[in-house]
Amino acid sequence: MEINKDYAVQMRGITKIFNNSVALDSVDLDVKKGETHAILGENGAGKSTLMNILYGLYGADTGEIYLNGEKVNIYNPSCAISYGIGMVHQHFMLIEKFTVMQNIILGTETTDKFGIINTRKAKKKILDIISRYGMKVELKRRVRNISVGMQQKVEILKALYRGAEILILDEPTAVLTPYEIDELMEIIECLKRDGKTIIIITHKLKEIKKSSKECTIIRKGKFVDRVEVQEESEQSLAEKMVGRKVKLSVEKKPAKAGEVIFRIENLCVKSERGLDAVKNLSLSLKRGEIYGLAGIEGNGQKELLEAIISKRYAESGKILMGDKEIQNTSVRNVLDSKISIIHEDRHKDGSILSMSVADNAILDKYRKKPFCVNGFLNYEERDKFTDSLIKEYDIRPVNCKNTKIRNLSGGNQQKLIIGREVSSNPDLLIAVQPTRGLDVGAIEYVHKILVRLRDEGKAVLLISLELDEILDLSDRVAVIYDGSIAGEFTQEEANEHNVGLLMAGGKGNDRENS
Amino acid sequence: MIEKIAKFLKTPFACTSIAVVCGFMVACGILLVTGYSASQSLAIMVNSVFSRPKFIVNVILKSTPIILTALSVAFAFKAGLFNIGAEGQYIISTVFATIVGILCDFHPAIQIPLVILSGVAAGAIFGGLVGMLKSKFGIHEVLTSIMFNWIALYFCNYIALSERFNKPDSDGSYPINPSGFTLLLNDWKFSDQGREFLRNNYFLNDVILKTDFNLNFLVAVVVAVLSWVMIYKTKKGYELRVAGLNPDAAQNAGINVPRNIFYTMLISGALSGLAGALSITGTSLHGIQSLAMFENYGFNGLSVALIAGSSPVGCIFAGLMFSALIYSGQSLQFKIGAPSEIVNIMIGVIVFFVALVRIVPSLINKFLERKAKLDVK
Amino acid sequence: MLSNILIAISITLMYSAPLTLAAMGGVISERSGIVNIGIEGMMSIGALAGATVGYFSNNAWLGLLCAGLAGAIMSLLHAVASITFKSDQTVSGIALNLIGPGLAMFLSRYFFNGATLTIPVPAKLPKIISLKSLQNTAFSNLNIDVTVILAVFVVTATWFLLYKTKWGLRIRAMGEHPAAVDTLGVSVYKSRYFCVIASGFLAGLGGGTVTLAIISQFTPTAISGQGFIALAAVIFGKWRPFGAYLACLLFGFSQALVVMLGGGTVNIPSPLLAMIPYVLTIIMLIVFVGRSSAPKASGVPYQKGER
Repeated sequence: MEINKDYAVQMRGITKIFNNSVALDSVDLDVKKGETHAILGENGAGKSTLMNILYGLYGADTGEIYLNGEKVNIYNPSCAISYGIGMVHQHFMLIEKFTVMQNIILGTETTDKFGIINTRKAKKKILDIISRYGMKVELKRRVRNISVGMQQKVEILKALYRGAEILILDEPTAVLTPYEIDELMEIIECLKRDGKTIIIITHKLKEIKKSSKECTIIRKGKFVDRVEVQEESEQSLAEKMVGRKVKLSVEKKPAKAGEVIFRIENLCVKSERGLDAVKNLSLSLKRGEIYGLAGIEGNGQKELLEAIISKRYAESGKILMGDKEIQNTSVRNVLDSKISIIHEDRHKDGSILSMSVADNAILDKYRKKPFCVNGFLNYEERDKFTDSLIKEYDIRPVNCKNTKIRNLSGGNQQKLIIGREVSSNPDLLIAVQPTRGLDVGAIEYVHKILVRLRDEGKAVLLISLELDEILDLSDRVAVIYDGSIAGEFTQEEANEHNVGLLMAGGKGNDRENS
Repeated sequence: MIEKIAKFLKTPFACTSIAVVCGFMVACGILLVTGYSASQSLAIMVNSVFSRPKFIVNVILKSTPIILTALSVAFAFKAGLFNIGAEGQYIISTVFATIVGILCDFHPAIQIPLVILSGVAAGAIFGGLVGMLKSKFGIHEVLTSIMFNWIALYFCNYIALSERFNKPDSDGSYPINPSGFTLLLNDWKFSDQGREFLRNNYFLNDVILKTDFNLNFLVAVVVAVLSWVMIYKTKKGYELRVAGLNPDAAQNAGINVPRNIFYTMLISGALSGLAGALSITGTSLHGIQSLAMFENYGFNGLSVALIAGSSPVGCIFAGLMFSALIYSGQSLQFKIGAPSEIVNIMIGVIVFFVALVRIVPSLINKFLERKAKLDVK
Repeated sequence: MLSNILIAISITLMYSAPLTLAAMGGVISERSGIVNIGIEGMMSIGALAGATVGYFSNNAWLGLLCAGLAGAIMSLLHAVASITFKSDQTVSGIALNLIGPGLAMFLSRYFFNGATLTIPVPAKLPKIISLKSLQNTAFSNLNIDVTVILAVFVVTATWFLLYKTKWGLRIRAMGEHPAAVDTLGVSVYKSRYFCVIASGFLAGLGGGTVTLAIISQFTPTAISGQGFIALAAVIFGKWRPFGAYLACLLFGFSQALVVMLGGGTVNIPSPLLAMIPYVLTIIMLIVFVGRSSAPKASGVPYQKGER
């Protein structure tokens, strides 16, 4: 394709090398002015890297960037901002302690003499933008007190405030409810009508269909194809993204639910800041079923999990494993009650990044035989066990036993963690966002293991923000909203609409978790 | 070939060596600028350590408390804690060892363990208090440690100058009762027979008679090895490292992180306490002195632990080097009038470069990366 | 009674002034995300530079300025190590604490013929309030150094900088989430350099205050641990300018208590009295502070474009 001023962005031959591996290999991108363009690829395919290069956060090793037909050099983000490029990162770049206002003006403050911040001028401009695109945002509130959907709007506002004409959205729907996604789509429409160009990075096929006209597909750092979205089926898009035939839904036999193994009765838990986070919550899990807990971030999932594993004090109520009450005991006692947990944040909660793979493999069982005898660690047993995990769970590279787990890819880290937890032979496995940040292959693998555990007669509690995952996997679906179970469905009853409605509080409006 | 060199340069040993060399170079530079001969200075420093058996033995003897406080700091580091209170734990240990050593007078078989244990216990309590304040109230260990250092210092002065313990016409206490000494061959070397024997043997005379000949250094080595075993071979050590590297994951694995903090500080304090107690039993004056400011045994331990990269065995060698530097600094001043503080500067610069050379491995990775990029092109 | 109160006020303010200056340096640096444990070293070198320049130039103000500059130069080392080289900030801070006092004594010997005490400056920094002329009245005990005013001014200025200006907004932001600041086109490196150098300058001023206003010369014990106390004040004050100032005042006050009790009729051995400030601080910490929350990104080197 020729360099042409009808195109807002054109990138040519972009190559980027990270730590001896090629993240991007001569990738091209053409985005028409005033349209929504999607960049489709798996996690780790290089989509974000490509956009970070466009935004000036990374320098490309080779390649050229053209904006509106003219060659530009983008050295850093302020350069990008001056060219009218704005970016909303997948992990929001917001200062939680600051107010919405402060976050928006940060870096381009309007000031009086002596650099004293004067928000009056800025406020007018921001209110203009807000009313123009119909975004409901309260400027005075602190970011940590507003919902994730609201935070995303703040991020978009930040870019528009800086005069963005080209807006990059990195996985914008990952954390939103169905209702919020619709709202976002409206905002995008509105922006497009105003002549703005939107680039959406995503690995979700449905959204591409909804939002974009054209789509560039990247796989393993290489350009695969550039397609008209309407002419492709979801299946063909998926195959181009992954590079082989994929099954879009999880294959599983009907559940054979057994006796109730785990119960929560009228649980109340307070949050870090002393507010009621879990309110009178009750649920029960049977052997042989996957119980999906859907809900938007910040509705008490974190506190619920922490109370289950006795990391947080349960104000009232009971948590029962079998017939044994386990609330307010100790994490160790919970683990010893045959409960295993796959934590959401595998770096922060599930592994020790600067320890070896082998040391990480025994993290939940280091104190038990045969790994520990008379207070001394048995390194032979540890290594033997690690080797068996590496083999069984196909962790790569094969000889990674003594390398730091930090140097493994996200998928392999997660495989190790899952292998570790599953090998403890739990009666209840709690999996929180177990596929976050993984590529399709790894996701399929994780799902398969969860189903396998279920078929072996274990109970699986799946807590996830991704509604699709919950709907695909769960035999029963519950929605947590504002610290309580807002409703329960069987797999047959549950669909995006009725679950999504409960996730948003039944009314489908903006909810604030203060 | 390049890969091999790169791999070697990435080792902690190579990094530390680079830092040490840099420290020496900067110190020489400062000496040159201020008008002293660098080569002469170096010669004096080397001489002052190696020219007589006595010097070597003294360096080893003086390294003992530094190695032990370094182990104390390194131990806490492994658990993610910053024990800047080693100084206070050392001091409080000398105080209690002295008190017990003066008040009691049993057979050495009881007296020696008693004196040492009271010092160790005092240090452990000081460390444990810091740990408890952190785990119970969440108060930063650096903050409380700094306060406890001063409390120890003034308590030391109080005891040293108190009526019961003050040796008249001095700023210090009485020495402890000789039954608590851990000197080796002490009675023999001052007996006629011993003197007679040593007179005919220059080497032994120098080593045994002219120094506070004791086995404290061996204790330090044994403790270093035990620390290493504890940290890397035991369940407790694993818990400690996990809790230090990632408290959240540690908690999720069923490790009681607050209790871990408490025990780590307790043990760390005990190690500094051991340093203090052995100083009282093993070296003259066998008592405490009123202090105008810190004697830096704990702070030196901190530097040594940093230079050793918190490796227990590394602490032995770094402690020996440290001790040699301090020892040679004194003769530098004595011989050519160059301020002995040049040694402090040198040590500071070494620590500074220890901080800098941590990036050597990543620099090498960058270099390899660049090479890889060229290959790709 | 009145005279006692006035003495107490004088001593409190006098002792707290150098701590306050150094602590403000700590606040600025830590709010930008750089842990500065090397305040002690920067104060030492400032104390020496102040006394030396003050003596040779016969101008205490020039001495004070040079004290600040010396601290700033020293802090440059910390900045290079912790920002450009991304090394462990604690280690490089400790290194400064080793280099600073060592270098100060080395230079003292170099400039003053081998003495670790410098020759007293001819004129100390002036007093802003000194009512010695009102002899025999209680007011003759009120005695306030100009540095006390300087300290109050610096606290106010720090607060103003951090909470009212755009630079302050950016500094606070990069102590919490440097990547966010970077994506908005503000250079984290440059701003952090500024903050660390400013903290060195203030620590140096603090050191100079000791040798130019409180005592009139540099001695090996002039700065013994005050940098650490200032560091403690930063944490105690929850990384806020006025909080840290209060902590410094508390510390100055307990020093005053020591002096007053020592001179009084109560018969307590002086070493025990000298413990009061430290014991008091710990008690205050237990009672009032509890879990303190440092700036989120404090101590974490910022790596641009880290994956």
